[in-house]
Amino acid sequence: MSGLLVGDDEKRELLEVSLGPQHPSTHGVFRMNAVLDGETVVKLQPVFGYLHRNHEKIAESISYLASIPYTDRLDYFSSLTNNWAYCMAVEKLAGIEVPERAEYLRVILAELTRLQNHTAFLGFLLGDMGAWGSVLMYAFKERDEVLDLFEALTGARMMCNYFRFGGCRCDLPEGWVVQAKKVVANYPAFLDEMEQLLVGNEILVSRAQGVGILSGERAIAGAMSGPGLRASGVDYDIRKVDSYGIYDRFSFQVPLGDHGDTYDRLMIRFLEMRESIKILEQALGGLPGGEVMNPKVKIRNMRPPVGEAYARLEAPKGELGFYIISDKGPSPYRYRVRPPSLINLTLLEEMCVGLKLADLMIVLGSIDIVLGEVDR
Amino acid sequence: MISIEKIQEMAVAVVAPIPGAEVQVLPNPAVPAQSSLLATPQAILALAQFLRDNEELQFDFCSNVTGVDWPEKAVKEKVVVEEEVDGEIKKVEKEIEKKEGGYLEAVYHLYSVARKQGPLVLRCRTADRVENVAIPSLTPIWKSADFQEREVFDLYGIRFIGHLDLRRLLLWDEFEGHPMRKDYIPDDDSYFGEEGGK
Repeated sequence: MSGLLVGDDEKRELLEVSLGPQHPSTHGVFRMNAVLDGETVVKLQPVFGYLHRNHEKIAESISYLASIPYTDRLDYFSSLTNNWAYCMAVEKLAGIEVPERAEYLRVILAELTRLQNHTAFLGFLLGDMGAWGSVLMYAFKERDEVLDLFEALTGARMMCNYFRFGGCRCDLPEGWVVQAKKVVANYPAFLDEMEQLLVGNEILVSRAQGVGILSGERAIAGAMSGPGLRASGVDYDIRKVDSYGIYDRFSFQVPLGDHGDTYDRLMIRFLEMRESIKILEQALGGLPGGEVMNPKVKIRNMRPPVGEAYARLEAPKGELGFYIISDKGPSPYRYRVRPPSLINLTLLEEMCVGLKLADLMIVLGSIDIVLGEVDR
Repeated sequence: MISIEKIQEMAVAVVAPIPGAEVQVLPNPAVPAQSSLLATPQAILALAQFLRDNEELQFDFCSNVTGVDWPEKAVKEKVVVEEEVDGEIKKVEKEIEKKEGGYLEAVYHLYSVARKQGPLVLRCRTADRVENVAIPSLTPIWKSADFQEREVFDLYGIRFIGHLDLRRLLLWDEFEGHPMRKDYIPDDDSYFGEEGGK
């Protein structure tokens, strides 16, 4: 900490506080330098890089296939959507078709990922507000049901490493769909309970409403994406806009917020989970038989044609994109991850200036970041 | 979406008054729908403003900003030349060497939230990889380029003129070099003493 005296009329003293990197509410190793006037935030400077391992450089020196497990470690809450985004970019570059059953599996697993990510998000955000422990444990209990499904299918709870170029690594084990239907059917009861406990809670309302307001215009300028963008009232969901995969076959709505404050960013997750459940019900019900892997694709020693491709999808945290340039070599010439967590922090300072120090933590929490992806 | 050739035509008309400003289409053989617009550093700022503010285009969402390193390399190309062989003019196939690359490139992926279209890929190249590595920053047009241009500066060493806070993003300030460049040699030895870990 260092104090700097500012020579204006009030002789106020500004205090520079370094928050993090080892702070429980920075969700990992994120650091912020906040300049405070009393308790009010005047300036905010995020400091990145504590978890930087140059993921992109590593991917440019290994084969295309070998990067798939490494993408799990970006946003380690949503490894399956990371796998999908990377596979989608390579598939676009090499012109690979994906069988129908695999497309269904991708949608099912991506929506399950969204469910468990948003569920954990609720627990963490309430933890940031001071309800430390109990909400998170309730959330984790429910999230575990989804992780059990992941484990049964992929062998791992978080580092799933499941999608491949042109399909999925293996087919469903016996009884998986029945179990998945059961988990999905039980989810609304959990959401009802959480909503009952949280939505009208006076402490939550007074802590979250009107805090960290972001206008739709600014959100677009700062390329905010995902629930944070839609909480500001911008109707932009990549599942609808690009209708990648087979999302155009399912009917679901895109919930929008009115105020763009922390409360809206929390509530939008509740509503999105309910829409995810709708998609899951349709997809699990209509799951066709057949191959899960395009037999024509040789995933080893892949050398896509010369060119480049950018593919993106609606990950739980926002727009996750992969940009790949191929020179027909065994590894990508250029491999770039568009990390939603990092880019969603661009407007953090704008959202936080003028707020109290304690609010800063919940605004950060409401953006939903994961440092594995921010620093890469 | 309007075709990229049409956008280029419109853009050329906009940047025409600026000296040295050129905009051309760079085809992408693998994914033709993602061909890119290559602009000279003189043109990029005016072009970006045009792409954002034009009523038909409205590329208001600058999603992805990144760098690419293209070191200079010799490319062999086959050409057919007419040559006099034994008093006769014949067509002879010859191999000539051409130099390619030798610059750093900033790549922007633009989308339009208003018109739900995209991506439009925008590229801008530096003059070389050592001395003249400055190109204009697009942060005045798209705030979202802020952290991402800092990352490109950090890892590739492109200097963005007009960026208000151009510092390293991921690496520490004292770090030397730009690790994403193709010719970067990691300084691992220093961690193992003089013998280099042997």
